[in-house]
Amino acid sequence: MLHTVNKSPFDSQSLKTCLGLARSGSDILLIEDGVYGALVGTAHAAMLDQALKEVSIYALGPDLKARGLPEDRLIRGIKVVGFDGFVELASANDKVQSWL
Amino acid sequence: MSQTRKFMYINRHAPYGTVYALEGLEVVLIGAAFEQDVCMAFIGDGVFQLKQGQDTTDSGMKNFSPAYRALGDYEVNRLYVERESLEERGLTEADLMPLTWEDEEDDWAEKPSIQLVSRAQLSGLLEEQDVIFNF
Repeated sequence: MLHTVNKSPFDSQSLKTCLGLARSGSDILLIEDGVYGALVGTAHAAMLDQALKEVSIYALGPDLKARGLPEDRLIRGIKVVGFDGFVELASANDKVQSWL
Repeated sequence: MSQTRKFMYINRHAPYGTVYALEGLEVVLIGAAFEQDVCMAFIGDGVFQLKQGQDTTDSGMKNFSPAYRALGDYEVNRLYVERESLEERGLTEADLMPLTWEDEEDDWAEKPSIQLVSRAQLSGLLEEQDVIFNF
């Protein structure tokens, strides 16, 4: 399953809830304000590091760029994808769950 | 004769994901015309509004971050950024846009607008205000 998260983890429980419920092997895509969760060295980074052992985490490149977050400031293991990568993830998974 | 009052605009939301940041900035720029004593505070995800290097060319949104540079020209030259909020987000002052203003009373010297303050200091600043707007 593909999970998308569009809220900042500092402002919402969406990411925490998503990571708690996502099965091992799931794809998690951070979009819009959700991309702040990909930042290295934050109060939530340990939660992401732990999750990366079980799931794949992606962040949407155009949303990172809009917010001034360069790739070298992201947690190691998080992959950056474009809109085409978003489409590929959506079609590669049987279901898409949006954590609004 | 109206008297000058102390206004603080508190910014608590990240840019782009919601419209709070843009709307708040517009209210500050409009309000600046009324010659009040205006400052801004950035707490929580609001600190992301000042992140350097915002570039919306790939996402089709309006990049309004350059508008923060105009604040100094409107005598909005005290931007208080809560240090604890920056630290929780893995950011330092070097990650923020270098915003400045020109001090008319000091031969137009360029001075930084952004001041890092602790949560306790910000609490004190809140108490000093006559009017507080929250975005």
